Amino acid sequence: MQTETPHLKVTRLDDSDIVQVEFKSRKILDEANIAEIGEQLSALVEKEDKPRIIISFAAVDHLSSAALGTLITINSKVKTRGGQLRLSDINPQIYEVFLITKLNRLFRIFPTVKEAQESLQPASAS
Amino acid sequence: MRHNMKLTRGSSNPWHVVDFPSCCSSAHQVEQEILDACRQSHYSDRDLFALKLALEEAMINAVKHGNHSDPAKHVHVAYRVTPQRADISVEDEGTGFNPAAIADPTNEENLESCHGRGLLLMRAFMSSVVFNPEGNRVTLTKFNESFRRDPARTVAFG
Repeated sequence: MQTETPHLKVTRLDDSDIVQVEFKSRKILDEANIAEIGEQLSALVEKEDKPRIIISFAAVDHLSSAALGTLITINSKVKTRGGQLRLSDINPQIYEVFLITKLNRLFRIFPTVKEAQESLQPASAS
Repeated sequence: MRHNMKLTRGSSNPWHVVDFPSCCSSAHQVEQEILDACRQSHYSDRDLFALKLALEEAMINAVKHGNHSDPAKHVHVAYRVTPQRADISVEDEGTGFNPAAIADPTNEENLESCHGRGLLLMRAFMSSVVFNPEGNRVTLTKFNESFRRDPARTVAFG
């Protein structure tokens, strides 16, 4: 099942409770867009009891520190709700941003959505 | 927006000076103009990625943190792009800040903080990042990676 918000494409994987999120924009830079993306992601997190969310960066070729800040906030919200967040499909240039900021230590990052999905614990065990 | 007022500083490579009121869309327009100039000088994709990232951080810092998005205040940008290097200075009309006082966002205890990453990214992706003593102007320099790697050009330009 797939739904769309102005900035995100949201898919429920294999009729499970795992939600895959893709960005529609190649650049997550504009402050107003980042704020809206943050609100849309927060709404997704708050809809689930123990959210299991994979954010795919397959379409993204630029981001900014403001976008990283939003991801950090979402990660905290997911943790607070006892959920799990995974990031996937990050291109090498953007991955370098995660390495420089050492956010690769904070986030669990996988090469593909499939690998991210396999890393998720069952919701009841998380 | 006042565009492309050329200031010659005794060299054949003019500086371009642009002033714009504190709004993100004007900042993005100027960013694009600088990136186009770099593209015309054959900067690599990697350099263009770095420049876009650092420019975004510098411009948004000036608009949001320096000028507090006050449209009455302006951001002053001067840039010069040559085949060897790009120099860009971004100045706001705020009171400035002390970059040395910004906590290191890569410290374990600061990883979840939302502050200081813009500065870190500028420093990581630019060849040099220099602030004026007041802390309201940053000058970014990026050497053209593909120019430096081309031995023929290294010989020709020493």
